[in-house]
Amino acid sequence: MFYAVVSIAILMTMVLAVARAVKGPSIYDRVLAANMFGTKTALLLAVVSFLFGRMDFLDLALAYALINLVGVLAVLEFVEGRIESGKGKLDD
Amino acid sequence: MIEVAIEWLGNALLIVGAASVLIGGIGVIRMPDLYSRMHASSLTDTMATLALFSGLMLHSGFTLATIKLMAIMAFLLLTGPTATYALANAAFRSGIEQPRSLNTDDQEKSAP
Repeated sequence: MFYAVVSIAILMTMVLAVARAVKGPSIYDRVLAANMFGTKTALLLAVVSFLFGRMDFLDLALAYALINLVGVLAVLEFVEGRIESGKGKLDD
Repeated sequence: MIEVAIEWLGNALLIVGAASVLIGGIGVIRMPDLYSRMHASSLTDTMATLALFSGLMLHSGFTLATIKLMAIMAFLLLTGPTATYALANAAFRSGIEQPRSLNTDDQEKSAP
């Protein structure tokens, strides 16, 4: 029962993060929301593996956490390079 | 007796983690500017990760799942602040939005 409550809380936070990614005024708000969504996905996978009793989901959580960091850093490098070289505004 | 105590301690940690996740999500949608939103998001990166994974570890006991949970927790605790720092650095150097609560002199010097 506690696992279900935690899963619902994490799912509501993921919905709020997607709302911020849609609404966010600058590109950094969207990157922040994407990073938060990825971290919450790793947490949700860990809790769901206990909820359904399938411990092989923990490997998926580890892989997702690895991919999430690389994705966020790559997007930030891309945005920073675009802004410093002055090619187009990425405000929105 | 001690098993019941450990199980309820794990349940309490799970509830604390769920509350941290929800508070961080509400903060991300409600805070006024980018740096405040980053502050709310970092709460879910550290506090919720610590509480949730500690609770799950208490529930799983000494099994292989505990080792995997420790690996995931260590990785998330290392990379969450790294990603937050990279995001704050990129946003500050681009000068899109100045932090309102940081009216120091080096603000004009370091921002392009």
